[in-house]
Amino acid sequence: MTAKEKMAVPPQAMPEQDPAVRARNMNEVALGYTAEMAKCEASRCLQCPTKPCMQGCPVAINIPGFLAKAAEGDFEGALKVIRETSLLPAVCGRVCPQEKQCQKFCTMGKLLKDADKSVAIGRVERFCADLARETGTEPPVERAPATGRKVAVIGSGPASITCAADCAKAGHSVTVFEAFHKCGGVLVYGIPEFRLPKAIVRHEIDGLKNLGVEIDSNFVVGRTRKLRDLIEKDGFDAVFVGTGAGLPKFMDIEGENLNGVFSANEYLTRANLMKAYEEGKADTPFWHGKKVAVLGGGNVAMDASRMALRLGAEKVYLIYRRSLEEMPARKEEVHHAKEEGVEFHMLENAKRILGDDKGFVSGIECLKYELGEPDASGRRSPVAIPGSEFQIDVDTVVVAVGNASNPLIPATTEGLEVNRRGNIVVDPETNMTSIPGVFAGGDIVLGAATVILAMGEGRKAAAGINAYLAK
Amino acid sequence: MNKIIAKSQLSDNVFRMEIEAPLIARERKAGQFIILMVDEELGERIPLTIGDADAERGTITIIFQTVGATTTKLSRMNVGDSLPAVLGPLGRPTMIRGEDGENPGHVVCVGGGIGVAPMHPIAQALKAAGNKVTIIMGARNKCLFVMEDEMRAIAGENLILMTDDGSSGRKGLVTEPLKELCEAGAVDEVIAIGPPIMMKFCALTTKPYGVKTIASLNTIMIDGTGMCGGCRVSVGGKTKFVCVDGPEFDAHEVDWDLMMKRMGAFKPQEAAAKDHVCRAGIFGNQA
Repeated sequence: MTAKEKMAVPPQAMPEQDPAVRARNMNEVALGYTAEMAKCEASRCLQCPTKPCMQGCPVAINIPGFLAKAAEGDFEGALKVIRETSLLPAVCGRVCPQEKQCQKFCTMGKLLKDADKSVAIGRVERFCADLARETGTEPPVERAPATGRKVAVIGSGPASITCAADCAKAGHSVTVFEAFHKCGGVLVYGIPEFRLPKAIVRHEIDGLKNLGVEIDSNFVVGRTRKLRDLIEKDGFDAVFVGTGAGLPKFMDIEGENLNGVFSANEYLTRANLMKAYEEGKADTPFWHGKKVAVLGGGNVAMDASRMALRLGAEKVYLIYRRSLEEMPARKEEVHHAKEEGVEFHMLENAKRILGDDKGFVSGIECLKYELGEPDASGRRSPVAIPGSEFQIDVDTVVVAVGNASNPLIPATTEGLEVNRRGNIVVDPETNMTSIPGVFAGGDIVLGAATVILAMGEGRKAAAGINAYLAK
Repeated sequence: MNKIIAKSQLSDNVFRMEIEAPLIARERKAGQFIILMVDEELGERIPLTIGDADAERGTITIIFQTVGATTTKLSRMNVGDSLPAVLGPLGRPTMIRGEDGENPGHVVCVGGGIGVAPMHPIAQALKAAGNKVTIIMGARNKCLFVMEDEMRAIAGENLILMTDDGSSGRKGLVTEPLKELCEAGAVDEVIAIGPPIMMKFCALTTKPYGVKTIASLNTIMIDGTGMCGGCRVSVGGKTKFVCVDGPEFDAHEVDWDLMMKRMGAFKPQEAAAKDHVCRAGIFGNQA
């Protein structure tokens, strides 16, 4: 096909559940391409020699390479290309903010003068991964001969899953220590079922088990065993810390400790991991929020507000102090949230939470905001408009204003250097920390970021560990 | 993994279980707790205090009351059954007077109901660190005392039993002997563990005497590792997480009323769940 012919191929829409229906069920919203759609979409790729899409990818997946194979219908070949770089295509294809990464730089989108018409790289990636999983045709993974060295991986989120896989492939004996009873980290407690089916996460964990990785769940390093003891007493030769950004930020406003105010972590953990949405079957108590205010503008805020609908809310208000354009959330999540009926209150912020005499949330008082001068990051700062207070009637408030690095490992490991935000400091080349043999990656290093960045960190750290152990 | 080694019923609603948990038994210090689940798919996560541990046997002992769905299901499990999830030891260990610098002195331990169970390792450690240990145990009636022998072994004649109905020891509340001891002087520290209202009134009792008073809080928890904030309380005007900043705090600084309100957040749901489980038991179904 010529470039002109490719430009004439319509972008393939993703089949989705109807918004009114899906807002009340936990099933995946995006139903996935068919083989025909995937092939068609992949064929739109112009195969630019400069590969601008790769520059947008945090781990530089060979995008034109896999799209070329997919365009021929060779989805197995396409997946092989992806897997040279990425170990979690089923996840990343679903949750990457492609509009800020690969698809932002896509030449096709530029030619059509519409970034939404870039090649849907993520959707094709997802199709290739899903097809292989569903038909059991994933490429076999090779393990190097056993080295006799032991690696401890702390946490089982994307950074740890990736690091564990690469260390196991190098022939080391790997044990993953997970505090929760289920593995996957934020993939399983945070990102909801309707965005990322847990069966996919289980499949990735099974993949680790097939590589001979031992999984010790209900084991919190720092308490069940100190990190240094893993090395000094338990014979581990290297340790990877992938404990993530699991420290909820609160706004420190009046009323934040009333009954009915939840951190997004708590709200989502109850609903996702503890299945509170299966009322009557699951034991974790179900909070009946009818009018829910969600504070924040990122993906977690989108997840919480869409979850609130599925938990039976009549009204869900998304309250964000900047404007829609500044919202950091993934574009598709914002779109889906609006379709499902989340009410977006932009340029507003909570001033205080109101409660009744029994200590339960009865409402929220907000201020209107306007955008002022740009701050250090270049974004215009939100400025409260004095005297603009108004109240919204709510019975639930979910605080989704960010997460910091979980402090347990630094607090219980002497000599582990952290920066003033609590993130573990690492060598940028090897991801080794201030303690020899101890590596770290993902949100615990970067601060709350993305799955694909965590995965990239996991790979880098594994390379660092493998080099360290080879000495 | 996490097999129940021994089980006994101490009273109508109170059970004692010894559970296989070698890693927890090895690492745990006084004051720490566990989070367990009876079902990993649909169960809830609940915090329970560690009453005792034997590192050699590789076991921990819990004493619990059937207050809700999970504790009721737990009470129906038997020796030989396994618990799918037991996480620990969680929380900051108790700061034992006499260890790390401070001189040993006279510490009064006040345990209400099954609050005596977590008090047990604390009292043991205090005694081992050279403190004079007075233990006040309170219960509605004598049938509800737990670990009386173990506490007597630590405090000897300095064990004071209080019952609401006078069926054992003195008739009255734990705050009465507590006040008398403070009044007599020479109390360096008080540790109180029991129902929140008891801990609140212990704090109010000791405050006028300026006696350092520590309480171990027992809020609702979900993850237990500091990532959700469900267990948050207000201490000295600042928000703290019981699971990682606690479970022990300066009792004079705790906002008791807020804590008690937050513990009631899911009361209707908890009552319904417990009722469902109890009735399932009556009809012979093991829930």
